[in-house]
Amino acid sequence: MRAFRYSLRGLGFALLVAIVVYLPFRLSDFRASEFALIGIYFIAILGLNVLTGYAGVISLGHGAFMALGAYTTAILVADHGMRDLWTIPLAGLLAAAAGAAFGLPALRLSGPYLALATFGVAVATPIVIKKFDGLTGGSGGINLFEAEGITGLPEFLVTLPGGKVLSFNDWLYYLTWTIALVLFAVAWAIHHSRFGRSLRAIRDNEIAAAASGVWLASHKTLAFSISAFYAGVAGSLLAISAFSVQPGAFPVDRSIALLVGLAVGGLGSLAPLAAGAAFLVFLPQWAQDISKAPGVPAVIYGAVLIALMIVLPMGVGGLLRWITRPLTSRLYPRS
Amino acid sequence: MADVLQQVVSGIASGGVYALLALALVLIYRSTGVVNFAQGEMAMFSTFVCWELLDRGLPYWVAFFLTLAISFVGGVLIERLVIHTVSRSQALTVVTVTIGLLILLNGAAAWIWKGEQRTLENPFPSDTFDVGGVVIAAQDIGIIGVSLAIVVVLWAFLQRTRVGLALRAAALNPESSRLHGVRVSWMLALGWGLAAVLGAVAGILVAPTQGSFDQNLMLPVLIFAFAAAVLGGLDSPIGAVVGGVVLGVVLNLVGAYIDFFADLRLPAALLLILGILLLRPNGLFGRSVVRRV
Amino acid sequence: MQVPLLELEDVEARYGAVRALHGITLDVGERQVVSVLGANGAGKTTTLRAISGTVRRSGGLRFDGKALPRSPEAVARLGIAHVPEGRGTFAELSVDENLKLGAYTRRDRSGYASDYEEVLKHFPWLAERRDQQAGTLSGGEQQMLALARAFMARPRLILVDEPSLGLAPLIVKQLFDVLRTWIDEHGMSALVVEQNANVALEHSERGYVLEVGRVAVEGTADELRGNESVRKSYLGY
Repeated sequence: MRAFRYSLRGLGFALLVAIVVYLPFRLSDFRASEFALIGIYFIAILGLNVLTGYAGVISLGHGAFMALGAYTTAILVADHGMRDLWTIPLAGLLAAAAGAAFGLPALRLSGPYLALATFGVAVATPIVIKKFDGLTGGSGGINLFEAEGITGLPEFLVTLPGGKVLSFNDWLYYLTWTIALVLFAVAWAIHHSRFGRSLRAIRDNEIAAAASGVWLASHKTLAFSISAFYAGVAGSLLAISAFSVQPGAFPVDRSIALLVGLAVGGLGSLAPLAAGAAFLVFLPQWAQDISKAPGVPAVIYGAVLIALMIVLPMGVGGLLRWITRPLTSRLYPRS
Repeated sequence: MADVLQQVVSGIASGGVYALLALALVLIYRSTGVVNFAQGEMAMFSTFVCWELLDRGLPYWVAFFLTLAISFVGGVLIERLVIHTVSRSQALTVVTVTIGLLILLNGAAAWIWKGEQRTLENPFPSDTFDVGGVVIAAQDIGIIGVSLAIVVVLWAFLQRTRVGLALRAAALNPESSRLHGVRVSWMLALGWGLAAVLGAVAGILVAPTQGSFDQNLMLPVLIFAFAAAVLGGLDSPIGAVVGGVVLGVVLNLVGAYIDFFADLRLPAALLLILGILLLRPNGLFGRSVVRRV
Repeated sequence: MQVPLLELEDVEARYGAVRALHGITLDVGERQVVSVLGANGAGKTTTLRAISGTVRRSGGLRFDGKALPRSPEAVARLGIAHVPEGRGTFAELSVDENLKLGAYTRRDRSGYASDYEEVLKHFPWLAERRDQQAGTLSGGEQQMLALARAFMARPRLILVDEPSLGLAPLIVKQLFDVLRTWIDEHGMSALVVEQNANVALEHSERGYVLEVGRVAVEGTADELRGNESVRKSYLGY
């Protein structure tokens, strides 16, 4: 039975990969860039899910880790001539270190206090970025257009056998989604690992978990670190896709958006989180398409978000779980 | 020295506004366990309502109290229609709903009032008093006075009336309250209504001090209010007031006297609070919850 | 034949998917103390919860001949006071505020003041502790406070869950004495859930023995004391 379940999972993943590979052939150039952005958000939300879905910690500050990742890439590429692709894991690792450094003391705080502490970090981020302008280029930010280390150029064009022309946006799409799928597999592995189970034990009942020997502090800090890594990678990709970084790209809204994407996607699921990422990219646009009058897109966005949370409190993932319950209960018979 | 005292007084005044909004946050957190990220936007919306009433020719204090009444109803409606519906969901869902509310209210204000800058009438004269060399603005006295009055009225309501007692009981022990005939869910709605009133007062007091305002009026105030509430303890009304005033004074003094921190006063304040939280994880006056297995 | 004050007919109750009561039939008359006995898990507490509406239930529940409402708040307003397991003390409020809450359903302000005096007569030590935080009282004192809170509502029926739990025998006796005195003076009825069957039967007119969510034995206190299986299982002799 287990072998069957795993091969079903493998099939699902292969299908996902196939869709990802094939999609740009059906999309316009602009849509490809949108889907690239969805990929970036997907990565960040996958990481946040490890923290919130498994360890039960709500963070409103992960935009700060994205900023850290983005600026790491920007500074390494612009000031040190490094190739942008190599900076991606470095950005992730630096963010992970920052996550551990912040997490270790901060995780002593309980739920709402911790959430508000992370909110404070998100708020402080653009201000701090602007203040240390020697390093970060201040309000103007850092420009990557002229840098040597940039791999994908706006003029990038490759003609594949068969006639399809891959543009820069397609390249970006493949870059982000390759990384996203890899990190997706990693997240899946974490979910099914002992570490993942310990985390969920902590989330469900901290006291019982502690009594069973799970070391709360190290597990939570590691979860924080992992989620920061994902955010850092996402931020790095953001810098690469935008060819620049500036403090204005990391307002509080970004951190809040990650949490919104997680809620819409559904805590605890993995693939449905992509729906959350899609929500973040498509809904604002869709709202703008309905009306450009000041404030109206925000009203639509807010109303849809509230309605979504009322109707689907467990997000898209929750909906899918509920729909497939008759199926999965046969696959997972009670022993 | 006179300089310092001046900064302290105006710090108390701005702190009073933070305290009011922080008190609103604490009220809601204590009764419903929700961190209401939309508190600032609710206050902003109320401020616009006040502006609208004044614009239509109502005398100031009529508009003031009418706005409070409207805000109360608004708060109750939000709790009944939106918050109550998701109250049994996981924390993330509830937080997201308040975020949705934040976005919606901000957009609604921009839509209704066209995103233009408005000015709110200042009920206090712009005189200053010289008290032994210290220059104090009448406006600051006025803000401190109104804030104090509202806090006292709220205190009296909660501590000295039957309904106030029921509200406190519903927050402390909803199960037992029900057994005594308290309609707990309506008490929660009442809490949201009162919080909306507190926020409205905060907004109406702060708007004139900014010269002009738009729908982004309360975003920075909300951040400071969160900081104050966390500093004082999310479940402590006293903490909210003390936290607000302390924060206001400290921010003023730091901003005035420490140059390096002038731009960084917000991150500096947050860092300070984080430090305090490490020593007292539930804020200065918060109760640590003893978790029994 | 007078209509009993409280009537339960074939009442079922469940916690989620688990059925706790499988059809309880009992009644309580005016000015009566009725005991509900049984082992742990027999459904005694659930029976009280079914009456006060704090658990989902179905079946016939009638108070004064009329069907009981669903919500605990409405049941309380009808004049049924439930002193729950755990006593329901408002720990952070003062003794005085606890008592005020007890009288929450009362509309008559003047009646409240005189009842406060009445209650203080029965619990004289409460007067000294008026401003003390209720959470700092001892277990026995909190149980007394819970009873006093219930009295403040001038209920027609009081439901008491395990009053003797964790208390010294002398305190338990005092508790039941107060209960009886109040009933005699103010015409109340009581449904008392107790694990200590001896104490309960000593102070009740009638009793029901529950087993696995059903009524196994019923009768007057004397009948129950005379019943051999009841004596062996619950009275210890």
